[in-house]
Amino acid sequence: MQPPIALFSDVHSNLEALEACLKHARDNGAARYAFLGDLVGYGADPVAVVETVQRFASEGAIAVKGNHDDAIENRAGYMNDATKDSIEWTRKALGPQHKAFLASLPLVWRDEGMCLVHASAASPERWDYVDGPSAARRSAEAAQAGYVFSGHVHEQLLYFESSLGKWSAFRPTPGSAIPVSRRRRWLALVGSVGQPRDGKAAAAYAMFDLLREQLTFHRVAYDQSVAAQKIRRAGLPESHAYRVERGI
Amino acid sequence: MLEQLQPGTELEGFRLGERAHSGAQGQIFRVLAPDQGFPTIMKVPRVGPGEPGENLISFETEAMILPALSGPHVPRFVAAGDLAKTPYLVTEWIEGESLEALLKRGPLPAVEVARIGAAIADAVHGLHLQDAIHLDLKPDNVVVKLDGAVALIDFGLAHHARYPDLLAEEKRFAAGSAPYVSPEQVLGTRSDPRSDLFALGVVLYEMATGELPFGIPATMAGLRDRLWLDPLPPRARSPELPPWLQEIILRCLEPRAADRYQSAAHLAFDLRHPEHVALTARARKSGRAGFFGQLLRWWRARGERPGPRLMPKAQVGTAPVIMVAVDTTHAHDPRQPLLQRATAQVLSLSADFRLVCVSVIGVGALKEGADVAGSASGVHLEHLVRLRHWVEPLGLPAHRLSLHVIESARPEPALLEFARRNHVDLIVIGAPGPAHQALGWWRSVASSVTANAHCSVYLVRIAPD
Repeated sequence: MQPPIALFSDVHSNLEALEACLKHARDNGAARYAFLGDLVGYGADPVAVVETVQRFASEGAIAVKGNHDDAIENRAGYMNDATKDSIEWTRKALGPQHKAFLASLPLVWRDEGMCLVHASAASPERWDYVDGPSAARRSAEAAQAGYVFSGHVHEQLLYFESSLGKWSAFRPTPGSAIPVSRRRRWLALVGSVGQPRDGKAAAAYAMFDLLREQLTFHRVAYDQSVAAQKIRRAGLPESHAYRVERGI
Repeated sequence: MLEQLQPGTELEGFRLGERAHSGAQGQIFRVLAPDQGFPTIMKVPRVGPGEPGENLISFETEAMILPALSGPHVPRFVAAGDLAKTPYLVTEWIEGESLEALLKRGPLPAVEVARIGAAIADAVHGLHLQDAIHLDLKPDNVVVKLDGAVALIDFGLAHHARYPDLLAEEKRFAAGSAPYVSPEQVLGTRSDPRSDLFALGVVLYEMATGELPFGIPATMAGLRDRLWLDPLPPRARSPELPPWLQEIILRCLEPRAADRYQSAAHLAFDLRHPEHVALTARARKSGRAGFFGQLLRWWRARGERPGPRLMPKAQVGTAPVIMVAVDTTHAHDPRQPLLQRATAQVLSLSADFRLVCVSVIGVGALKEGADVAGSASGVHLEHLVRLRHWVEPLGLPAHRLSLHVIESARPEPALLEFARRNHVDLIVIGAPGPAHQALGWWRSVASSVTANAHCSVYLVRIAPD
């Protein structure tokens, strides 16, 4: 018997959003937690976010590594200047034990027919975006699992396989439980907790109930102005604050 | 093991009774036990080597959608077996007669077509409000229940906007049943609730004439004909049919979804109130369009690509039924202009509304004259005239408007029943004026309507001077 698992991705050092989602998940029956990468970057609360996830991990939560987490340890040439600035700032803010935790995270987690990976499972270390049905198919094939859960793309989307092996995308309605039969393969982009980019500021996550074969995408309203103010006060790039405020 | 199911077999706790149906897609058994408090059946698809995989996808679709549906117009979901091992579906068995069986006895009189058609439209509306679309509406899938209401069965080709569409990529057969399928479904669109209204138009045509408007096409090219082909008007086949019924049927059969009814509630309303159907050229048609007319339809259809749509409930919401309660007994009440203004404001919010003006007059008023019958119609007519006078300043076209005078000693239940029966989305009603406030708000018609309405109520109050 596996209790429902809450899936969080792309927290991006947004403590207010993370706490709102954790509370929402707990209130909705989550008993397990998974973090799909990018705990840090962009936001102003890397220490508190990493420590929160460390605490959950010590109690059995799953966590995989995202490209921002990786960039703390290994410089990432592909990032733009504003992003690099926030990584540089985060590197200074984090202590050695936080950095060690981020460095220790695996790229992929597989079990119980599930695969959790930040970007595409086809080559996790390349951080390829799952940006269409064929990318979803490639990731799902590499994942070797009926259910793949990912982040990286800051929006909520459910890809699924037809009986002919063709993949389609479905835009979920928040709060509506979707039957996801074991008979097919699914790849869910759970959305971003700390920096949604679909024009809505509410934090995004998903909850998966393996037993009932149901997946629910959620949006959680929180006070994004607090998170944005912290970003400004920390002297981080204004664009990061603006994104958090507007969800763009 | 599913192939060996027999009456008496027990499958995962369900004891099977007689076989109710055996067809290409599967079998249906009555279920004897356990008792659910209502009769149940088990549906088992044909699977395995040699059987088309689509049986199972339809089955998966139905098992996905049915548990999400509720209400009197769909069978209740009981249980579903594991698709990989023992695919079965246990649902309520709807008591009644299949429309298919009913139609075997020949075409129906217009009154019956309208009665059953309105009941089907009720069921379709109920489904659309749940964000689902049937997409395989045909007499086989319509059960006329003992109480005259209709239930829809077989959701194997249905679409639920909040669930991924498993059939979207299965173009081979996702198009529905050839005689009934809508033009946009032929083109691969499965998300337009108005597709059900097209299919319902075919069903109405069949009920009224005993014939199918587009025959039974066997090829894709034959199916595509309906994108532009003008069906023979029902009255050309059965001249005794009233023009209003032809108007309704041909409006449902418009190839462009935007030219049909935009909501099943509007269709149900017209079928229940034939006298309010605004007749257009459709009602007068006596034959197919001529060569050039057909050419023009074909030309228009060439560029026709159904656009992205709202979700069904939102789509239906763009075409609300709005009811305004008008007190024609106190036609000169100072509150009347305010009620008019409020109604106009509400109507300005949607392009495709239907306004229903209702006045309830006391039965007592009709008993004053010596000649009861003559006096009744006279009084009735006078109130209709007052209603028309009331609504005239709004300048509404005939097809958006209907006027109703209801005779009842108790206005509240009369208004509420009328609203519920006609799928009214919003009731506009005046609050009691200063003169009536002595009675107390809780004793007013408006308070009772507000408290008990099935829908939203817009209470219009005039500020005291």
